[in-house]
Amino acid sequence: MAAKLPKPDELAAGIDFRPPKTGWMDTPVELKEGMFCWGAKEKNLKAVSFPNARDWSPKEKDWKLPENWQRIVLEGMADRLQKYRSFKLFMDICVRCGACADKCHFFIGSGDPKNMPVLRAELMRSIYRREFTKAGRIMGSIAGARELTLDVLKEWWYYFYQCTECRRCSVFCPYGIDTAEITMMGRELTNLLGLNIDWIAGPVANCYMKGNHLGLEPHTITSSVEFFLDDIETLTGIRIKPTFNRKGAEILFVTPSGDLFADPGTYTAMGYLMLFHELGLDYTWSTYASEGGNFGFFTSNEMAKRLNSKIYAEAKRLGVKWIIGGECGHMWRVLTQYMDTWNGPADFLEVPKSPITGTVFDNSKSTKMVHIAEFTADIIKHGKLKLDPARNDHLVVTYHDSCNTSRGMGLLEEPRHIIKSVCNNFHEMPDNTIREYTFCCGSGTGLNASENTELRMKGGYPRANAVKYVRDKHGVNMLANICAIDRATLTASMDYWVPGVKVTGVHELVGNALVMKGEKERTTDMRAEPLPGKEGNE
Amino acid sequence: MRALVPLIAVIALVLLVFAGVQTANMQFLFGVVIPYAAIAIFIAGFVLRVLKWGSAPVPFRIPTTCGQQKSLPWIKQNKVENPSGTLGVIVRMALEVLVFRSLFRNLKSESRDGGQKVTYGSEKLLWLAGLAFHWSFLIIFVRHFRFFMQDVPSVLKMVEGMDSFLQMGVPLFYMTDAVLLGAVTYLLFRRFYLPQIKYISLAADYFPLFLILGIGISGVLMRYIYKVHIVGVKQLAMGLVTLNPAIPEGGIGVVFYIHLFLICALLAYFPFSKLMHMGGVFLSPTRNLSNNSREKRHINPWNYPVHVHTYEEYENDFRDKMKAAGIPVEKE
Repeated sequence: MAAKLPKPDELAAGIDFRPPKTGWMDTPVELKEGMFCWGAKEKNLKAVSFPNARDWSPKEKDWKLPENWQRIVLEGMADRLQKYRSFKLFMDICVRCGACADKCHFFIGSGDPKNMPVLRAELMRSIYRREFTKAGRIMGSIAGARELTLDVLKEWWYYFYQCTECRRCSVFCPYGIDTAEITMMGRELTNLLGLNIDWIAGPVANCYMKGNHLGLEPHTITSSVEFFLDDIETLTGIRIKPTFNRKGAEILFVTPSGDLFADPGTYTAMGYLMLFHELGLDYTWSTYASEGGNFGFFTSNEMAKRLNSKIYAEAKRLGVKWIIGGECGHMWRVLTQYMDTWNGPADFLEVPKSPITGTVFDNSKSTKMVHIAEFTADIIKHGKLKLDPARNDHLVVTYHDSCNTSRGMGLLEEPRHIIKSVCNNFHEMPDNTIREYTFCCGSGTGLNASENTELRMKGGYPRANAVKYVRDKHGVNMLANICAIDRATLTASMDYWVPGVKVTGVHELVGNALVMKGEKERTTDMRAEPLPGKEGNE
Repeated sequence: MRALVPLIAVIALVLLVFAGVQTANMQFLFGVVIPYAAIAIFIAGFVLRVLKWGSAPVPFRIPTTCGQQKSLPWIKQNKVENPSGTLGVIVRMALEVLVFRSLFRNLKSESRDGGQKVTYGSEKLLWLAGLAFHWSFLIIFVRHFRFFMQDVPSVLKMVEGMDSFLQMGVPLFYMTDAVLLGAVTYLLFRRFYLPQIKYISLAADYFPLFLILGIGISGVLMRYIYKVHIVGVKQLAMGLVTLNPAIPEGGIGVVFYIHLFLICALLAYFPFSKLMHMGGVFLSPTRNLSNNSREKRHINPWNYPVHVHTYEEYENDFRDKMKAAGIPVEKE
C-alpha cells in the first residue's frame, strides 16, 4: 500500500527549503513511498521486446539488474552523446547560476534540492565528467565527478521519474538548457536495464498491441462512443452517427484515448462529436490509430516513434486528405517536434484546408495535422457556429496552459479565443503562472499513477495555488485545459488543494454553448447539471 | 569546503609566478613561453570543443517556444520568442547573447502564510550582475588592445573616453574596473550566502571567480597603486603579437607578471570548463532553431526504421470483434 497522504495544510506547511547538512553527493537517495511508481512488469516489457523484462519492485534492495549494468549504461550514454547535440552540450555548459532552481514545480512543492533542475542534471553530469572528461577522471569529486554506483543508479531512477519534462526551467536558463532532454536520456538509459515504471510500460504495451494506452479493443471503442451518443441524444434530441476506420473520409481524427474512458474527458469527446456533426464534417475515427498521446515518448525515442507510426500509416491506408488532432499536451509536442522527422514525409496527404471556412493551415503544411483548437478557433472566427455562451454562465472559468502546447508549440491564443467565445465568465491566473510560464499539473510524463499521489500533489501545488488565487478572487469554479492528462489529474489535484473547482476540456465548453440545428431545448449541460435559469424545469 | 581548494589554487598560482619572476628571474618563461602556450591551448581547445559539439547532430527541432506560434492570420505571432523563420532566430539569439533575455525573466518563488500562497516576484539582481560582469569584462578586454597596436585606433579611444568619463585624477579611472570587481564579488557572494546556490556550487564554480577576481585586483593594483613600467608592457605585448618576443630591458614589475599569468591560467582552463558556455550558447537547440517543424520537415540524419505493429497484424488480432461491431475490415 502507498504511504498515507498528508493533509493539504500539513503538506504545504511542511515544505522545507533548507538543504541538508551533507553535500548532495554524500546524501544517499532515500526512496520515499508515495513519491515513486511501481516497477514495470515483465509482460509489459516483453510485449515491446524491451531488455531485462522481469517483475521487480523498487522497494526491494535487489533490482534484478543484469551483471554488466554499468557497462550497458555507459555505452548507452556514449551512444547518445554522439546522437544528440543537446545532450552533449547540456552536459558541458551549465554554470550552475541557479536561475532554474525555483522554477520547477516539484522543487516548489517538495523543497528537495535534487528536484532543482540544475541538480537533477548534475546527477547525470557527475557521471559524465567521471567517464567522459579527463578532468573528472583525474580529479574526481573536486571536478564534480563521481562513480556510477548502484546508489547513483537508484538516485537517477528516483529523480528522473520525478521530472515531468515540462521544460519550464528551460525558459529561464540563459543557455536554454532543457532538463527534459536530460530526463529523456535518463529514462532511455534506465530502460536499457528494464527500469521503467509500470504506469508507463503498461500503456506502452497496450498502445503497441491495441492502438491506445487504455487497451480499448475496437468494439470497446465503438461501444464507448455509443454511450456518448446516447447521452448527446438525451441532451439535444439529435442522434449523431460517426464512422470508424472509414476509407475515403476527408479527415482522420485522432485524440487521446483517455477522452473515451473517464470523466471529465468523456465530455470533451462528446464536444468533439457534437461539433463535427454540426459542421457536417467528412471525418472518421480510427480504432487502430486510436491514441493521440504517446507514452513511448516517456520511455525512449525509438518506442515513441514505434507508437507514433500508426497515425500516418492509418491516414495512408484510409486515404484521408489530412488529420485533426484532439486536445492533448505531450501529444502535441510529439506531433510538432518529432512526428514528421520520425515517420514523415506525409506526402500522401494534402495541405490541410478547412472545408468549412476555406482556411489553409500553412503552419502545418508538412505534418498535415491540425490542432483542434486551431480548427475550431478558425470556425468561430468566421462565424460558422451558432453559440449561446449563456449556457456556460454557471461556470466561472480559468485556463491552464499545458506545458507542451505552450513551450513546445506556442498554442496560446487559439484556445483562449474559443473559451472567450463560448463562456461569459473567464479570468486568467497570475501572469507568471500561465502561457510560457505555465506550471505542470504535477503528473505529466506518465507519472499519473495512484501509488505516487504524494508526489503528484507536491508537483501540482504551484498550479493549484494559482487556481486557488482566482477561485478566491473571482469565484472561479472551472479549470479549462486542452490536455487529457490534465483532465485526469487536475481533478485530483483540485479536490485536494482547491475543493470546489472542477476540470473541463475546452471542447466540452464548446459542446455546451453549441446551438445545433434541430436540437430540442436544453435544460442541462453535458454533465446533467441544470443550466442557469432552467433549474426548476426538470 | 568546495571553495577552499580553488582559493588555495589561485593563491598558489600567484605565489608561483611571484617566486618565478622575483627570485628565479624567469621573466621569459612567464612573459613569453606561458602566454604563447596559453593562447595555443585556448584556441585549439575552444575550436576542438565546438567541433566536438558540432559533430553531434541535432536530430529533432526542439525550440523552447516562449510566445504565440505562427497560426491563423488574425492571431499575432510572437516572431522573436517563437520564431518561424531565420530572422526571428537571429533576433532571439542576439537578445540572448547580448542582453541575456532568458535570465531577464528570472522570478523568485516565495511561499507565504505557511505555504497557503506562493508568489513569483521579479528577481533581476542575478541578471544585472551577470550583465554587468560580462559587459565590463568585454570592454576591459577591448581596452587592452591599445597594448597590441602601434597606433591606437580612434574607436578604442572612444571606448576609453566613455569608460572614464567619471574623471577622477590621474590615471583616468575606468568605471568598468569597479563594475567588474563589484559584479564578480556579488557573484561569489551569492554562492556563499544563498543556501540553494551554495548547495549546488562546485569547485569549478569558485575557481574561475577567484581567478577573475585575482586578474581584476592585480590589474587595478598595477594601474592605480603599484605602478609598473608601462612602456615595457607595450614592448612585451608588441613583441608577442609580432612574433618577435623579447623581455624589455629594465623590468616591468612583478604585479604585471601576476596579472599576465592569471590571465594565462584562465585561457588555458577555459576550453575544459563551464566557461565554454561562451561558445555553447550559440549552439543551444532550444534557442537557435525556428519553430517550423510542422511547416517544413526536419531531417534526423540517424533516423532508422523501427519495429511497428502494423494494421494488418492488428486486424488479424481483432477481425471478428471488428466485424461484429460493424467496423470495416480489409480481409473478410
